[in-house]
Amino acid sequence: MTGVWDWFLWLYEAHGINLPVFYDSYDRQRFFAGLLTTLELSVCSVVASVAIGLVGAWALGSGSVVARRLVQGYVHAFRNTPPLIQLSFLYFAVGNLLPRLEMAGGGSRPLLDGFAWAVVTLSLFGGAFNVEIFRSGIEAVPASTVEAAEALGFNRWRLHRHVVLPLALRICLPALSNNLVNLVKTSTLAYAIGVPELLYVSAQVWADAMNVREMMNVLLVTYVGMVGLLSFGLRRLEAALRVPGLGTVGGQP
Amino acid sequence: MPVRLASFASALAAAAVALLLTVATAVAAVDDIKAIQAKGVLVVGVKADYRPWGFIDPSGAIVGMEIDMAREIADKLGVRLEMVPVTTANRIEFLRQGRIDLILATMSDTPARRQASTVIDPPYYAGGTNILARKSLNFQRWQELRGRRVCALQGAYYNRPVAENWGAIIVAFPGVPEAMIDLLAGNCDAFVQDSSLIASTLVSDPVKWADYEMPMETFGEQAWVMAVSAANREGSFARFLAHLSQDWHRSGHLIALEKKWGIPPSPFLKSMHDKL
Repeated sequence: MTGVWDWFLWLYEAHGINLPVFYDSYDRQRFFAGLLTTLELSVCSVVASVAIGLVGAWALGSGSVVARRLVQGYVHAFRNTPPLIQLSFLYFAVGNLLPRLEMAGGGSRPLLDGFAWAVVTLSLFGGAFNVEIFRSGIEAVPASTVEAAEALGFNRWRLHRHVVLPLALRICLPALSNNLVNLVKTSTLAYAIGVPELLYVSAQVWADAMNVREMMNVLLVTYVGMVGLLSFGLRRLEAALRVPGLGTVGGQP
Repeated sequence: MPVRLASFASALAAAAVALLLTVATAVAAVDDIKAIQAKGVLVVGVKADYRPWGFIDPSGAIVGMEIDMAREIADKLGVRLEMVPVTTANRIEFLRQGRIDLILATMSDTPARRQASTVIDPPYYAGGTNILARKSLNFQRWQELRGRRVCALQGAYYNRPVAENWGAIIVAFPGVPEAMIDLLAGNCDAFVQDSSLIASTLVSDPVKWADYEMPMETFGEQAWVMAVSAANREGSFARFLAHLSQDWHRSGHLIALEKKWGIPPSPFLKSMHDKL
């Protein structure tokens, strides 16, 4: 492994392409820690935002007016404001109002740290879009199919579980993929509240080594790779879930 | 044969990486004084969140000690002053891209920065690194920061030594206000900063900062420098600024400005004034 790292040192010395994130052990350690933070941030907020979307869409279709109004209010608040402002507001304003954890040896810690707030914000932000995406899928399920299921005696839960959601999920997968890819990219905003994710560590590396061009390219390649993997996975999921005849014109795939 | 193959392979890989990297941005114009005067405007990168060197006053204007200096330079050249707010992490890049003619933004002198830009000697100010911390934490030695959450500024050169040598957990923010909010809220145990900023913060609002102190021994005294494009190392603008900086020290102008902005007297300015 050291051979590979040394090659990058040679690359710098021979060609002036400075990538300390590979040859300098300190920079390497913080860069890969940043990559890990970005991955954790992405996985947590993707999973949570999908859960929020499912629950929200389900509540929108429920009989309760209060639940519908609450979800609509939430969607408007989080879909119609910039995520950077949401992040700053939740972290600096709301975060400091929450109860604190007393520390041994004096002082106290906030209940949620920057990472937790970033996950909360990204999940709420992505979730607001997911509610609408799932709603579009649910509303696209033919009314006749729903009626047929009701005629067979399905209650609301079983109707959703066995008929509406399986069809709705397939219909809205392309839109959902778009939103989740966007959410992964939005995770860079967490640098604003000091979460050491990829952009944050890269900025510190280029401030120390003055290698903005190299680091920008490293960032580009890393994000293209990460988002590429995610969209590849979602595409495979789409293919695996395909039901012949659904969502295609004239029954042609 | 295997040796040649290996060197060929690494040359190939190097070429691939080189191809990947974009071509260097062209330097805008030759920044001798004539070019700036022809343009009619001097574009200076300044801090807008670094009271009292460069900050936004209640009317929305950027003011401060460095802003006064920038204005004087523009007046001496007979051109209009345009200020571009920069951050610690982006100022050199702005200069490299030719978006600004001059950095006058609390920049400390480091070898890497000297290579990336033309640093003007003599420096106009100096400060070391210290922390702003709650008195009740009773810090005395840098070693006590191990495992502590320490707020910082993104891109500051001292973030790495503080983390590497003393094991502090650095939480860096884009600007000073965010870091101070986090410190005041108690989310950070300390805010690692330039000692001059801490000193002036403590005197600027004694009530707000009554429970805070600057407890450590200041380390790594670094000079604050102006900088122009690396391409114009021999340009007339760099020479002009070097003379001006000397004049400012000799005449006591910088000491007067420091006093005007309520900054505690810096030993550096006094020693430079005595020396020149």
